Amino acid sequence: MPMLLHEARLKRQSIFDTLFRNVTRLAAFGVLALLAAILFSLVMGSMPAIRAFGFGFLTSPDWDPVNDKFGALIPIIGTLITSGIALIIAIPVSFGIALFLTELSPRVLRRPLGVAIELLAGIPSIIYGMWGLFVFAPLFADHVEPWLNQHIGTLPYIGPFFSGPPMGIGILTASIILAIMVIPFIASVMRDVFDVVPTMLKESAYGLGSTTWEVMLNIVLPYTKVGVAGGIMLGLGRALGETMAVTFVIGNAHELTKSLLNPGNSISSALANEFTEAFGELYTASLIELGLILFFITFVVLSLARYMLYKLGQREGKAA
Amino acid sequence: MNTENIAKPRVTVKDLNFFYGKYRALKDINLDIAEKKVTAFIGPSGCGKSTLLRTFNRMYQLYPQQTATGAIMLDGDNILDKNQDLNKLRAKVGMVFQKPTPFPMSIYDNIAFGVKLYQNLNKNDMDERVEWALKKAALWVEVKDKLKQSGMGLSGGQQQRLCIARAIAVKPEVLLLDEPTSALDPISTAHIEKLIDELKEDFTIVIVTHNMQQAARVSDYTAYMYLGDLIEFGDTSTVFTNPKRKETEDYITGRFG
Repeated sequence: MPMLLHEARLKRQSIFDTLFRNVTRLAAFGVLALLAAILFSLVMGSMPAIRAFGFGFLTSPDWDPVNDKFGALIPIIGTLITSGIALIIAIPVSFGIALFLTELSPRVLRRPLGVAIELLAGIPSIIYGMWGLFVFAPLFADHVEPWLNQHIGTLPYIGPFFSGPPMGIGILTASIILAIMVIPFIASVMRDVFDVVPTMLKESAYGLGSTTWEVMLNIVLPYTKVGVAGGIMLGLGRALGETMAVTFVIGNAHELTKSLLNPGNSISSALANEFTEAFGELYTASLIELGLILFFITFVVLSLARYMLYKLGQREGKAA
Repeated sequence: MNTENIAKPRVTVKDLNFFYGKYRALKDINLDIAEKKVTAFIGPSGCGKSTLLRTFNRMYQLYPQQTATGAIMLDGDNILDKNQDLNKLRAKVGMVFQKPTPFPMSIYDNIAFGVKLYQNLNKNDMDERVEWALKKAALWVEVKDKLKQSGMGLSGGQQQRLCIARAIAVKPEVLLLDEPTSALDPISTAHIEKLIDELKEDFTIVIVTHNMQQAARVSDYTAYMYLGDLIEFGDTSTVFTNPKRKETEDYITGRFG
C-alpha cells in the first residue's frame, strides 16, 4: 500500500509544519509579552512614587530617604552625562582603531589586534570597575586631575566643569571607564562594516587621487553609516545601562555639581547601591521609577537614532 | 615580440615587470600608447592585461606585496618613480572599473568629488564643470533634473557613465577603462562604446576588455597578451585581419581562450 503510506507521511509533515510554525510564533510573541510584562511591573511598582511626586520626580534634585523626598534629576543627569562623554571619547578612538585595522595595519597584525579587541569586549564589567577604582582612579587623581584643575579649570565657560577636588573618583572617571568599555564594541562593529565596503569602490576614490583619510571620511563612512550608527548605538546602550563599573568609580553622591571631577550618581548605580537598603514603600517605588526612566531613556535614544537614520536615508533620495 | 612604432606616443612602457609577491605577472613589456587614440588590451583571463592597466596609475601600490620594475614614461616623468606624486599622477590618469562604483552621495557630488581634490572652484565654475563632464559622458539629459539625488539610484549603465563623467571631470590626459562594460546589458554597452569613440577626441584611452568584438569595434591599436607576455601589438585592423603571430590568430579566431 505505497499510496497510503505516502499520504500518511504528508499528513504527518503538515502536522509538524503547523506545530513548528506555532512554536516559532510563540517564541516571537513571547518576547513581546515579556517586554510588556516588564514594563507593566515597572509601572505598577513605581505607582506610589508617581502618585506622590508626579512629573516633579524628573526635575527634583532631592534624594532624602529620611524625609521620604525623592527626585530623579541627579541620577538622570549622571547617566546622560557619563554616557555622553563616554561616546565623545569612544567614537573617535574606535574609528581610529577600525581605520587602522581595515586600511593601514600590516596583514600580520590584523588578526591579533582584532582578537585583542574582541577579548576586551568580553571582560566582565566588574573587572573594569575594580581596575578603575584601584588602578585608574589613583593615577587619575595624582597626575591628570591636578593638571585639569590648573590648565582647563581656569578657562572661562568650560573651566567650572574641570575644577574640583582631585579625588580620582567622580563623573569624569566613570565616563572614561565607560569609554574604555564601549570602545571594543564600537570598534569591532566599525571594523566589520568597513571590511564589507567593496574594494573597487575604495579604488575608485583612490584612483581619483584621494588620500586614505579622504577615502575613509568621504566614501567608507557614508557607505557604512547605518552599520556605524548601529555600533555606536550598541555602545550607547551598554553605557546607559552599565552598572557595576560605574558604581565603583562614580562616587555615588546625590549631589548636583557643575564639576565633572566631583562624585555623582547614575540611575543604574543608584539602583545597585540602594535596593538592599530601601525601606518603605515610597523609597522602593522611587527606585523602581528610576528603573522605568532608564528603560524609557534607552527606548527613546534608540528610537531617535532609528528615526535619524531614516531621515538621512530619505534626504539622500534612497527612500524616494 | 612584435611592436609597431607609434607616431605620437603619449605613454611609453619600457621593460616593465610586475610581481605579485614572487609571482611574475608581467614579463618585459615594451609598449607605446598613442595620444588621443584608443588602445585595447586583450587576452585570456590571467594574461596580465588588467595588471598592466593598473600600473599606469599605480593602483597596485595599495597592496604592499605588489611591485613593478621598469619604467612607464608620461610627460617625461617615470610613473613608477618612487618620488612620483600619486595625487598628481592620478589627476592625469583617470580610471573606470569593471563594475559601476558610484560614491554614496548625490550625482552632483559624485562628479565634484574628484575636482575638489585638485581645484578650488566657486559654485558657478563647479556647476559648469559638472555639466560639462555629464554632457561629455552623455548623461546630462537623463540626470539634469535630479542632480541632488543619490548616484546609487541610477541604472547600471547610467552609473557607469556617471563613473566616466567623474573620471573625466578632473580633466585627465589618460583614461583607463578596466572592462568597463562587463557588468552591463547590450544596450548600455553600446552607449559606452559610442561614448569611448567620442571621448578619444579629448583623451588618450586605454581599455582592457575580454570581448574581442569590442576591441575590434572601439580601438585603434590592440595589444594581445598571454601569460604575462605581450605577444603582439599593432594597428587593430592588422591584428585582427592579418596577425603576425600564430598565437594571436588562434586567439582571435576562437581556437583558443
